[in-house]
Amino acid sequence: MQAPTAPPVLRAAEELNPLIPHPVEIVLSIVVFAILFFAVKKFVVPSFESTFAERTTAIEGGLAAAETKQAEADAKLAELEKQLADARHEAARIREEAREQGAAIVSEMREQAQTEAARIVEHGKTQIEAERQQAVTSLRAEVGTLATTLAGRIVGESLDDDARQGRVVERFLADLEAGTPGQN
Amino acid sequence: MSSLMFLNAETEPFEPPGPADFDYPAIPGTGSGTFEFLGQAQMAGITKPMVQIVIAGILVFVFFYYASRKRAMVPGRLQYVGEEAYGFVRNSMGRDIIGSHDFQKFVPYLFALFFFLLFNNLMGSIPFIQFPTFSRSGMVYSLALMSWLIYNAVGIKKHGFAGYFKLQSVPAGVGGPILLLLIPLEFMSNILVRPVTLALRLFANMFAGHLLLILFALGGEYLILEQPLGYAPVGVIAWLLFIIISFLELLIQFLQAYVFVLLNAMYIQGALADEH
Repeated sequence: MQAPTAPPVLRAAEELNPLIPHPVEIVLSIVVFAILFFAVKKFVVPSFESTFAERTTAIEGGLAAAETKQAEADAKLAELEKQLADARHEAARIREEAREQGAAIVSEMREQAQTEAARIVEHGKTQIEAERQQAVTSLRAEVGTLATTLAGRIVGESLDDDARQGRVVERFLADLEAGTPGQN
Repeated sequence: MSSLMFLNAETEPFEPPGPADFDYPAIPGTGSGTFEFLGQAQMAGITKPMVQIVIAGILVFVFFYYASRKRAMVPGRLQYVGEEAYGFVRNSMGRDIIGSHDFQKFVPYLFALFFFLLFNNLMGSIPFIQFPTFSRSGMVYSLALMSWLIYNAVGIKKHGFAGYFKLQSVPAGVGGPILLLLIPLEFMSNILVRPVTLALRLFANMFAGHLLLILFALGGEYLILEQPLGYAPVGVIAWLLFIIISFLELLIQFLQAYVFVLLNAMYIQGALADEH
């Protein structure tokens, strides 16, 4: 491809030294590079660098945000666990309290019942005593009459006389009372 | 050449490619004739490599300008390619070599230089252009000179004139009469030779690679068209080799741009270093 374009004038001159530079090329090369350098420095490198920096910031920001979220979630979890433990503790405490209260109520009830029972028993005893007393009184009154009537009939002797009647009944009762412990 | 001529004395002799193939005439209408410079005739006017270097500069800027303009958090295809390319120079040549403390202010320079060199080198492989701009020595000399000025200026600014030359020419941890030998050597290698090797490495690689490609292309053509039919298979082999070497050239074009910028970064790092 090169051969046809090579100038015939220089084809003859075999002694060309490629190390000897073309002066225009020396200047042109450095000028083009200098322009490229300044253009690249002003328009290209800052763009790339700022993109890199922004990207780094974005990634670091994302990481930081994720870390914050993670920490928040951890804190929330810990809080929930703490709440759960508190609730468990509370429940246990309430259960314990209820048990104690139940026990107290039961013992109180028992005590009340015993008192009530004792009272009822006492009441019953008193009533029985009263009734017995009443029975004894009425019996004493009737026994006199019955006995004298009976004795009068047997003896045929009127014991209607009050003074005599009274004496006999007294003696009979005294005998009865004296004999009671032995006969019972 | 003589062996090729020996093939068939009756056909016209093979004319091997040479430096003249790199000396493009001026584009018609922009000038004509030659002028003398350092004892050698040079073309007057605008030539193909001159147009190429301007186009490469514009392409580098336009590509990266559009790639960087959007600044999206989630990059599109163009932005992604631009960022990867920029990040490659920034990180592997800037940060990793110069060090994370100072590299940022050299990134625009290294970045512009790498892609300027790469685009110009790749011109040697782009169909219908097929000429590496930096196979013209003049194009390379100014960039090497610029590199030399930059790393020395950076060093002098940081260490002062005497301090910088002491840093570059007196090796640390060495004493006694051996210094008499080492100081000139270090000075030579660190100050004098660097720009020369920088320039010659890039220029010579581009020049030789392109010359090799012309040789295989023209040699194959000559064997097929100008020689008796029996030589045609050899010509086909030459063309196959042309294709293979073209791929090798692609690699070299990338590597030479990379090495040039890598060395720039290393020289700057050396000039900034506290202990050599």
